[in-house]
Amino acid sequence: MTDLKRRILSVLLENEPGALSRLVGLFSQRGYNIESLTVAVTDDQSLSRLTLTTICSDHKIEQITKQLNKLIDVVKLVDLTDGAHIERELMLIKVKALGATRAEVKRCCDIFRGQIIDVNASSYTIQIAGTSDKLDAFIESLGDVNIIEVVRTGVSGISRGEKSLSL
Amino acid sequence: MSELLSGGEMVARALKDEGVEFIFGYPGGAVLHIYDALHQTQFTPHILVRHEQAATHAADAYTRSTGKTGVVLVTSGPGATNAITGIATAYMDSIPMVVLSGQVQSHLIGEDAFQETDMVGISRPIVKHSFLVKKTEDIPEIIKKAFFIAESGRPGPVVIDIPKDLTHPDLKYPYHYPETVKIRSYTPIEKGHSGQIKKALKLLMTAKRPVVYTGGGVIQGNASELLTQFARALRLPVTNTLMGLGGYPGTDPQFLGMLGMHGTYEANNSMHHADVILAIGARFDDRVTNTPSKFCPSAKIIHVDADPASISKTVAIDIPIVGSAKTVLEDMLTYLPEIADQQAIDNFKNHMDEWWQQINLWRENHGLWVKPRYDTHSGLIKPQQAIEALFKATNGEAYVCSDVGQHQMFTAQYYRFDQPRRWINSGGLGTMGFGLPAAMGCKLAFPDAHVCTVTGEGSIQMNIQELSTCTQYGLPIKIINLNNGYLGMVKQWQDMQYDSRYSQSVYEDSLPDFIKLAEAYGHVGMKVTKPEELDQAMADAFAMTDKLVFMDIYVDPHEHVYPMQVAPNGSMRDMLLSKTERT
Repeated sequence: MTDLKRRILSVLLENEPGALSRLVGLFSQRGYNIESLTVAVTDDQSLSRLTLTTICSDHKIEQITKQLNKLIDVVKLVDLTDGAHIERELMLIKVKALGATRAEVKRCCDIFRGQIIDVNASSYTIQIAGTSDKLDAFIESLGDVNIIEVVRTGVSGISRGEKSLSL
Repeated sequence: MSELLSGGEMVARALKDEGVEFIFGYPGGAVLHIYDALHQTQFTPHILVRHEQAATHAADAYTRSTGKTGVVLVTSGPGATNAITGIATAYMDSIPMVVLSGQVQSHLIGEDAFQETDMVGISRPIVKHSFLVKKTEDIPEIIKKAFFIAESGRPGPVVIDIPKDLTHPDLKYPYHYPETVKIRSYTPIEKGHSGQIKKALKLLMTAKRPVVYTGGGVIQGNASELLTQFARALRLPVTNTLMGLGGYPGTDPQFLGMLGMHGTYEANNSMHHADVILAIGARFDDRVTNTPSKFCPSAKIIHVDADPASISKTVAIDIPIVGSAKTVLEDMLTYLPEIADQQAIDNFKNHMDEWWQQINLWRENHGLWVKPRYDTHSGLIKPQQAIEALFKATNGEAYVCSDVGQHQMFTAQYYRFDQPRRWINSGGLGTMGFGLPAAMGCKLAFPDAHVCTVTGEGSIQMNIQELSTCTQYGLPIKIINLNNGYLGMVKQWQDMQYDSRYSQSVYEDSLPDFIKLAEAYGHVGMKVTKPEELDQAMADAFAMTDKLVFMDIYVDPHEHVYPMQVAPNGSMRDMLLSKTERT
């Protein structure tokens, strides 16, 4: 496939047991990939909002959205990448911070507008939010710094302007 | 004030209120409360099968033959897993079915309790939807929702998993069976877009070499009459998929036969050379298209389907129409006079002389019904002959169920179904063992009609225990066992692709005496070995209207099914026509 694109799907899902497994199962059953997935309940307790990123062709994304729409638990669905949108991901990253590295990590963190949220004698835990690319870039910028642990939430997305995904 | 009922009674009552005619099932620990409620209420006859797989196939065939949703009741654990093959069979062919499975008590779920299995999980990829009941009082609404989901849109099976404690006879709750249900996330599209339909008609009217290609959607959607009307109004050639046979009258001159892997020469060639294809309720399955990139190179394609996900899944579609076969065909007939006046329609039909000449030439040269394309002088019974004899003996009007393999393809080719819902086979999943229980479901629905199952000595043994069920309920079906002593379709592929190395497709003289076996269950056995005995044997068997007759018919073990499309990399028209001829 030459025309692979990264897609962000935003889904309103019935907040029912088994609903998520049906959605995730569909991806493995039909051989679609999931790059990242975030889910949580919305202001309406009966609905979950899910953001899913996948990398696929135009033909595939059409199939994925059609198949997802067929799931009884899927209430609404939009491909955010079809229009202007905002995406954010949160990362918690624990790094070794000793000697000269301590200052260097702090500088990097400031440049990327991250926050150090936990400190001890030998490490920093940094919180940083942004697009996935920005988080990648931050990890890249740490260079030789010893990374102890990386926790990423996966992408959450919303469309720009007045467009909305709601009932 | 609504009545107070226990969960078990609610199940019995809801099935009655839904108008269910039969429950196909098998009891066990987790469903004992329900079975007791069934026994006490006596609302709906229950058919006790000998294996849960048979319950699902019987319910499935009941649905295929009647259009009414079949109901299955099984216990937890092995009862549920045994039902899986039948649920998958129904799912692949878009057959509505409601499967009620018992589950261990709520507080034991997840503890690996005795006969516990995660039925909702295990059935997930092969159901349209499933429910795990959490509260007794939800049972009626969930059952109503299950029927609604199973029957609407693109139909399919729905599982309802019910923990045992929720059906306890002492715990009673108000019962109310809703007349309708609404599900906010589920609104199937019935009616096609009028603009698209008109666009499709305009395109069709420009065609010089049109073909109508229809599938199970026309049968399940009760659109056969409309299809026939529409095709005749425009003199269109029609081909059906394996699932679509009977959607257009099989003996009509405009019918080209089945298409695809074992489709007729004329159907596959017409498709390949078509300039416009009108596909209705068919899904461009790999057994139809052969190599998708070589599929019908000069055709513009119109696709009518209830399921948007079927459109452009394997083959790109020019004019998609999402809607049921019935409403779209109705609209096509309504809009046709707007798009074309009588003069234009007459011109269209006249201009098709050339196309019909071509089709008739293909038919003359290699068609299956013009003259026998198999050896009639071998002294052996040819499977094709057996099907032709069956067709003759039943006037082409029987409910014909089938198992899976060569016999299935021969039946699809040679039994020419003039009516829908008469051809009952596992098309998508290709489930061996389907045939006998399927015939039970049909016979229960149509006790006065001829019901038979065409099978082979391989398939029949996959659910042969159901001969006992047939005895219990007095189901005088006719079993047409085309006995070639091999797993025939496997052998055919091994002949063609593996230099006739018959890896595990032979039984080494281990086959039972099917006559004695049938007799052991109280049925009639009949052995047929000579071609000249066929007609009389068939007549005798079908004359025994109150007996199940097991016809063990010994056929040429080396016969192959032809035509057969050449794969891989073949187009629709690349076919083997016999062991020696290739297009």
